[in-house]
Amino acid sequence: MGRRVGMEVSIAVAEAAGLADVDLVAAYPITPQTHIVEHLAEMVADGRLDAEFVPVESEHSAMSVCIGSSAVGARTFTSTSSQGLALMNEVVFIAASLRLPILMAAVNRSLSGPLSIWNDHSDVMSVRDCGWIQIFVENGQEAFDHVPIGFRVGEDRRVLLPVMIHMDGFILSHMIEPLELVSEELIREYLPPFQPVHRLHPDRPVTMGAFAMPELFTEAKKAQDEALKGAMPVILQGWEEWARLTGRRYSPVETYRAEGAEILLLTMGALGETASEAVDRMRDKGRAVGAVKLRLWRPFPFEALRNAVAGASLLVVFDRAISFGGTGGPVSAEVRAALYGEPRRPKVVDFIGGLAGRDVSPEDFENMLDLALAKAAADRQEGYEIYGVRA
Amino acid sequence: MAKPAGEIKWTELEPGCVIVEPGNARSYRTGDWRTGGHPVVDTQRCTKCSLCFIFCPDAAITRTDQGYYLPDLFYCKGCGICAHECPVKCISMVEEEG
Repeated sequence: MGRRVGMEVSIAVAEAAGLADVDLVAAYPITPQTHIVEHLAEMVADGRLDAEFVPVESEHSAMSVCIGSSAVGARTFTSTSSQGLALMNEVVFIAASLRLPILMAAVNRSLSGPLSIWNDHSDVMSVRDCGWIQIFVENGQEAFDHVPIGFRVGEDRRVLLPVMIHMDGFILSHMIEPLELVSEELIREYLPPFQPVHRLHPDRPVTMGAFAMPELFTEAKKAQDEALKGAMPVILQGWEEWARLTGRRYSPVETYRAEGAEILLLTMGALGETASEAVDRMRDKGRAVGAVKLRLWRPFPFEALRNAVAGASLLVVFDRAISFGGTGGPVSAEVRAALYGEPRRPKVVDFIGGLAGRDVSPEDFENMLDLALAKAAADRQEGYEIYGVRA
Repeated sequence: MAKPAGEIKWTELEPGCVIVEPGNARSYRTGDWRTGGHPVVDTQRCTKCSLCFIFCPDAAITRTDQGYYLPDLFYCKGCGICAHECPVKCISMVEEEG
């Protein structure tokens, strides 16, 4: 058993990076990520963490420094939000194609405009196809745990990919939560030193980031796609080993009271706890309702999702970003694609909500379920609806 | 160079497309297209001064065993800088045929 503490989730994430013994942190402060990098800067300045802290002049530079750092074989951490993630966008894609296991705590915040500092998943969706492993966490313990888990999985020679931990801004990052820390001994047992296959070293020169001619580019992208899909068993192993050491178990798709549920409510991130609360209330009223939490966003867990929702007749997906002029909710698009080929599949109703910090309560989820039932009964489950918008 | 790029399978690539063999840009043929004709050197008048070699922006001019400087037409893009710079005007730009 580790030490139980009450701690702000951002501070816990920084402490976890310290426990993982990162060699370099390059980050630019942006709300609501700020506390994570502030705390890491303090840890380095106080001599508690033997690492380089590079106070860069922008997020584009932050990710560029991270790429150089990871390329020489240093364990590398960064964190950003929203506009910061947008500004580093081009280099985020390059980190994945170079197969550099950088770890980023992405503290989710809406993309402007209108300007907003509050939480939704529009920044996540701007890097949906960047090629990183992307994991959503629901509470402080999960955020803390996924720093060592992320490094172990990303640095595994069968994977060698950067890992993004998505944690909701404010509603998770700024909460003070009870959580269990782990010892340095446990981390040492769990997380071996980073030993890259190739690294920039004068004794064995290599070229990283060269261009590829049209006759090679397709093969390069195929290799990258297979690497991300092939990360799945290593991710599962990383979670399994963490469960053995800490007793805390994670999986790509998690369910709450889903046994025998006819209606399932699917969320990603911290609102999973609100959805669970709504499920409790509806179960108390005798309704066969359960919750599904999508933890692993990339690589997308198609098989686990199909299994999790197979028994339900209605699946209500809650999206926190808009694919303008397209499918509406990016999560529902993925979910519908995953189920399209199934001979028996639940009807999928998509709601978009919780945009830029708009509160979503258990009552809202109960309302959505009733709305979804009416849509499904009238066979109007296609498309999407922006929940709670004033007309 | 192990294999031409067009024959490499995706399973044969290094992680992240890292290039582990130094100097393999040598095997990269940019293509023989050019505009403005190609340079022809009159070696009877060439003084082997090497100015064309120095000025060529595409590093398309190489030194022969005899010490002359001749263009590799696979890399020459026809800019004519060599002909312009040649102090004895022994390089002429000749129109492409066809």
